[in-house]
Formats: sequence, structure tokens, C-alpha cells
Amino acid sequence: MHELLTDEAGSKRLLLGNEAIVRGALEAGVAFATTYPGTPSSEIGDTFYRISQETDLYFEYSVNEKVALETAAAAAVSGVRTMCSMKHVGLNVAADALVSLAYVGVKGGMVVVSADDPSLHSSQNEQDNRYYARLSGMPLLEPADAQEAYAMTRFAFELSEAYRIPVLLRTTTRVNHSRGAVELGALQARIPRGVFEKDPFNLVLVPMVGRKLHLELLKKMEKLQGEANISPFNKRSGAGTWGVMTSGVSANYVLDAAQELGLGDQIQILKLGMTYPFPDALMGDFLEGVDRVLVVEELEPFLEERLKVVAQERRLGVEIAGKGLLPRAFEFDPAQVRAAMARFFHLEYQPPRVEGGPELPPRPPNLCAGCPHRATYYAVKQAIGDQALFPTDIGCYTLGLLPPLQIADFVICMGSSVSSAGGFSKVQDRPVVAFIGDSTFFHSGITGLINAVQNRHNFTLVILDNGTTAMTGHQPHPGVELTSKGWQAPRVSLEAVVRGCGVERVVTVQPLQVKKTIERVKEVVTDDRDRGVKVIISKAPCPLFERRLTGKEQKVVFQVCEDCDMCRRCLNELGCPAFRYWEDTASGGSITIDEMLCSGCAVCSQICHAVKAKKKGGVLTTDVPRGVT
Amino acid sequence: MGELKQGWRVFFTGVGGQGTLLATRVLGEAAVLADVQVVVSEIHGMAQRGGVVESAVLLGALRSPTIADGEADILMGFEPLETIRALRKCSERSLVISSTSPIVPFTVASGRARYPEVADMMGTVARRVARLIAFDARALARHAGAELAINTVLLGTLMRHGNLPFGRDVVERAIRLRTKGSVLDVNLKAFELGYEVE
Repeated sequence: MHELLTDEAGSKRLLLGNEAIVRGALEAGVAFATTYPGTPSSEIGDTFYRISQETDLYFEYSVNEKVALETAAAAAVSGVRTMCSMKHVGLNVAADALVSLAYVGVKGGMVVVSADDPSLHSSQNEQDNRYYARLSGMPLLEPADAQEAYAMTRFAFELSEAYRIPVLLRTTTRVNHSRGAVELGALQARIPRGVFEKDPFNLVLVPMVGRKLHLELLKKMEKLQGEANISPFNKRSGAGTWGVMTSGVSANYVLDAAQELGLGDQIQILKLGMTYPFPDALMGDFLEGVDRVLVVEELEPFLEERLKVVAQERRLGVEIAGKGLLPRAFEFDPAQVRAAMARFFHLEYQPPRVEGGPELPPRPPNLCAGCPHRATYYAVKQAIGDQALFPTDIGCYTLGLLPPLQIADFVICMGSSVSSAGGFSKVQDRPVVAFIGDSTFFHSGITGLINAVQNRHNFTLVILDNGTTAMTGHQPHPGVELTSKGWQAPRVSLEAVVRGCGVERVVTVQPLQVKKTIERVKEVVTDDRDRGVKVIISKAPCPLFERRLTGKEQKVVFQVCEDCDMCRRCLNELGCPAFRYWEDTASGGSITIDEMLCSGCAVCSQICHAVKAKKKGGVLTTDVPRGVT
Repeated sequence: MGELKQGWRVFFTGVGGQGTLLATRVLGEAAVLADVQVVVSEIHGMAQRGGVVESAVLLGALRSPTIADGEADILMGFEPLETIRALRKCSERSLVISSTSPIVPFTVASGRARYPEVADMMGTVARRVARLIAFDARALARHAGAELAINTVLLGTLMRHGNLPFGRDVVERAIRLRTKGSVLDVNLKAFELGYEVE
């Protein structure tokens, strides 16, 4: 049985923030969950997936976040308790549905999780999604740790159902990916079937319905503001005339710093958990009791600006500071918050002494040994060199940006490879070759492709089809063929979709066959008679995924033989992490392949005469390596 | 004013695949078993593709999930280059426990950078902190039966020298809860070997 399904109410468990959210949802009777994976939200969906395998909970990895939200909305409107989770930029994809769903509301409790990523640990931006609550008119909860993530999720379901409105649970990486002790409550039975009551004049959002529902939403928000003012998640503590207002993960830094700075009886802390609708009355009363307030919140001055409005409305001259003393970019650390508080309250404080270190070789992440993306990139570079423009997309293959491959020129968001390729082809003369992964193509590449065909854009799209969503932990997508039950026909064929979009020239290559792939790429990209959109599907499974699912044993590894002439092409053009250069000024150095890292893909042996196969752990062999037929 | 709150700030660093996250999780679970307040924070994502993986365990009355530069009480380095890269987290009061066996980064493997001498790096670390315990944890792990048990070796050393608010028995219980069968035996052996490091 899954760890989160054991009842054990009252026991304490070390849970990842994301697991705490799932446990909170299970205790609230969640019966329907959807997601599109994305760091730092992925473990929410992955945990629901495992739980759905042994219970009647419905879970799906949806094709993208908008689809996930709309699917979940239908369940919630039918009275089923529902959770929809995604990373912060995913909520941009889902925003169209989100903003209008707030008008229509829900019947079963519905919680939308937005996992924000201050410091951009694994994201393209660090937008502050608290503004979505304000934009759409949804209550907002900001947990500070795993225990609160659990408790607020439970509460969010109650609040959602009581007010018939979806609730936004906004976390940050340091909440999603922190573990803390969580005191469990009792699990609740799920009700997986709903009842949809026809009510078109409240559920079909045409203008006349929207006008009425907007007014109703505003009334709901007024009542919800009352809830925020008395919410047990909004706590005022301490005494004295100095104030700090904070929310989310920042509250931890504030509470630690208040003790470290010895501020026990001089400071009042307003720690907010339910931050929207803004608890104006609570904020105002807090302001009445203090002379000066520091607002400590990561990213945007969401609360700070509101506090200033409240101060103005109450005609209070309280000094309010925030973003002047603390940065607007990146996550905080304990010393930063401590220093800001010391400075604002004019306390003596010695920041930690930090010494710089020597310059060190960097350790950037890299495509794995045997990754078929590397082979595809190598082939494209060999076929057309650097002259082309390479829009790329979001996934493991974005790492093609780094040396030595350096084959990425533009990316802003999921799906932008395809659409931007079309735009580039219209305004400049270089050939355009765009890259997109299979999961990302299903997520948001298809519409761009249709647009390109319709508008006669001129580029080649390479779909890097490794048969899984590798970057976020091998979640499935509509085109997967390899599953835990073995190889199966895909539910949706990638090639059929591409042809269905109107693309006439579609070529499938096996990138581990280097020479053939180079030839086909050259043929397709450089054929001037055939203008328009051309698609190359570069198909080979992610080796990590394949090994995990099939348990297939690797029979061969490769090694560099004595006839290596140190041309270094393997290092400078391929950049496989299994290769190792050994410096030696006398002999000119040597190159070896680490047998532990080599995955046996055989790509290097096809580009260099000095690389030969041998049995894993054995001697030279002429066996045909895995992946090449 | 400005004294750091009492607690144990343990910073972990290593290379993707070395099991740093499992080590921090086991330590966190031990803390819960011992009823010691704990926060563990991890960074997933891009770091797993052969990059640096950093995590932190904060024990005692601390709520903050991260450790500022200069404020780690203990630095656990799973790889010498990463130990020195994380030296900014330490002060002259810190204890550093580091493996000495290198995993060369891709920039070195491809001949674009040079891997510093391990002895030089450890010398720099030793000069800057209160105490450095450096040894080949990978060799001990191999001796225990699996190179992958390097994380448990280092946990053993931490339990011997870290002066943490709970004993080795609790960590062994946490290891037993997490691992089964022959892997458990290897891990308990690795833990013991790490614990024996002076």
C-alpha cells in the first residue's frame, strides 16, 4: 500500500511538501486529480498516479495544463472533489480556463496548485503567480512548510466547497521540495462519481451569463475577505511597536531572525497564509499597533503594495518598507532577511563573513551518455553546420545549448520552437531548423504546426521523439509506445498527427544510425524545390527510461583503441560524458571511455575509426551494438 | 545581538547520482524518529543530469529551509571539487566531512578545464574551517559491497563526529525503514565503516 494511504491519524511523518499536499487532499476526500508535470510540482502528480493504481481515485497526466484544468473543472462542476497541479508557467497555459472558471465556480471542492520557482532552479522565468488570484478572483493560500502545505490543502477544499469557487494553493520550490514532519489526520472516503445538473444560465459563459456571474464573483470575494480577516492561517504574534508582515516560505526566515536578533518583546509579526482576498481589516489593525513595518515576501511586492493602500485608507503615517531593503529577484536566505530586519530596525548586526574561493571548473548538467538527442544534434550539425537558425524548446534537449553542441538559438516557452520557427522564416534568409520533444509537441507544438502549414512558413521541424517526458521523470504522453506493460501501439501516433496537420514531407530517422541520419537531414533541409514545413521525426527511446522499464541488459561498451590520433572530434563535436581526456604533455594526452558511463549507443564508433566495441567487462568484440541494426 | 540560533545546519553537496538526496532524507527521518524538529530542503530538476546536487538538513529549533553562505555548521561533501565549491557555506567554526575520490565534471573530461589537485583543495578547506575529515568514502563504500553506498558511509562519519542531537542507533533504524534485503546489509556495513573513520 502507498505510504500516504495508511491511516495512522495523529502520527508524525517526514513528508516532502508535495507529498504533504497529496495527503491533505486525500484527507479532504479528493477523488479526481490532473496535472501536466513540471518542476517543482511533479511529485504531486506522480504520487497521485501511484495512488490511483491502487484506489478508485481518478488521475491523469493531461496533455497540457489548460487541458488538465478544463478536465478537472468538469469533475468539480459535477460535484467531485478535484485537484489540478502544475508549475507556475503552466498556469499561463491554463490561464484562459482559470480566469473564467472563477466566474462559473464549482460544486465539488477544487484546488489548483501553482508551484512557483523563485531563483529559477528549473524554469524559464520566476513570475509570481499570486497575481493570478487577484486577476481571476480566487482565494489564495501560501503555505510556509510541509505541515502548512498539508493543513492548507485540507482547508482549501472546505473553503472551495463552501464558497463554490476554485482555490489557488501557491507554493514555492522551498515548500514543494522541503521535507518536514507532518502530523496526519484521518483519511476520508472518496466520492468518485458526480452528478451534473443542467443549469445553462449559470454554466454557459456567454456575455449575459458572464455579466451576472461577475457580479456574483465580486460578492463572493467580499465574503471571502471576511474569511481572510479571521483565518487561523493569518496569525499575529509578539508585542512592541515594530512590525514585520510576511507570508509563505519567507515567514520561516522572519521567525528565525526575530529570535536571532533578540527582538522578542519589541516586534509584532503578522504571518499571512490566506493572502487573497487581502485581509484588509487585519492588516489595518496591525498597522494601528505599530510605528514601522517591514514587509518580507519573495519576488513581487504583492502584499507590500496592499499594505500601503490600507495605510492610506486609514490615514496612517506608518513607515512601510519592503522591496527597497529586500530584492525583487530570486529566493531569500536566512542571512538576507536577518540583515534587512537589522537594518530597518537599526540594530547592530554583523553579517556572516563569506570568503571567496578559488576558480573551479564548472559542472554544468549535460545530456546523458547514450542520449539520442546528442546523436540528432550531431547529425544536424554535420548536415548543415552552423549556418541555420535553431529555435528549440523545453525539455532535456534544451541542454543542447551548452558546448560543444551549442545548437539552440531561441526559446521562451513550451511550444515556441514551432511557432517562432515560422516567424523567423518570414523575416530572414537563413534556413530554420527547429527542435521540439515529443511530449512538448503534444503539449503545445501542434497548433503552431497547423499555423505554419496554413501560412506557408518555411522551415524544418525536428521532433526529438524519445518516447517519454524525460526531463520531469518519465511521465507518459499520448504517443508513448513503451509502458510498464511492454511495447504497445501508441494511442496517438506522432506521425499521423503531423500528417494530419497537413505536413506533406515527413521523414522518420533513427538518430543512432549516424550516417543515414546525416544524409536524410541534409536531403530534407537543403531541398530548395520543396519549400514549406517539413518534419523529421528522430525516434529512439530515452535509454534511462528503456533500461528502467525493460530491464534490458547492456551487452557492449565502447573503448578507444591505440590507433586514436587525438583529433579530439569526439570531445569537440559529440561531447558524450563517458569520454575522458587525460592530459600528458610528453605524449600529447590520451582519450578513454568510462565503461561505467558508456551506454553502448555506438554513435561514437560510427564517427571515429579508433572506437571499438567490446563485451561489457570483457575483451574486444564484433557484436552488433544495441540500438543499431 | 545577532547570534545564530542554536541548531544544526548541515549542508550536503555532491554530483547527480551519488545519493545525496537519499542521505538527507534518511537523516530527516531519523530526526522525526528521535522527535527532533527538522527541515530538509532539496533541489531537483536540471541538477540531476550530471550537475551539482545540493541539499540541506536543519535540525533543532530552526524553521528556515536553507542555509546562508558562511552559516553551515557542517558541510558534507560527497566529491572533493564540490566540497570546495560549497566552501562559501562554511565559517571558521564549521566541520567539513568530505570524500576525496573525484568525479570529473564534463568540462574537465572534455579537456576544456583542469581538475584541481585533491590535496590542494583539501588543504584550502582545512585552512578555512575548524575541522576537516577527508577520506576516500567511495573506496569504503566499495569495500562495503557497493559504490552507491557512499551516502551511507558519509552518514556514518557524520554520526560519529557531527555531535547531532540523536545517536547512530536512530539513523540505523531509519536506514532499516528505507532499505530492504541485501541492500540493507550493504548499507549497514557502509554505515559502520563510515562510523569508524576517525
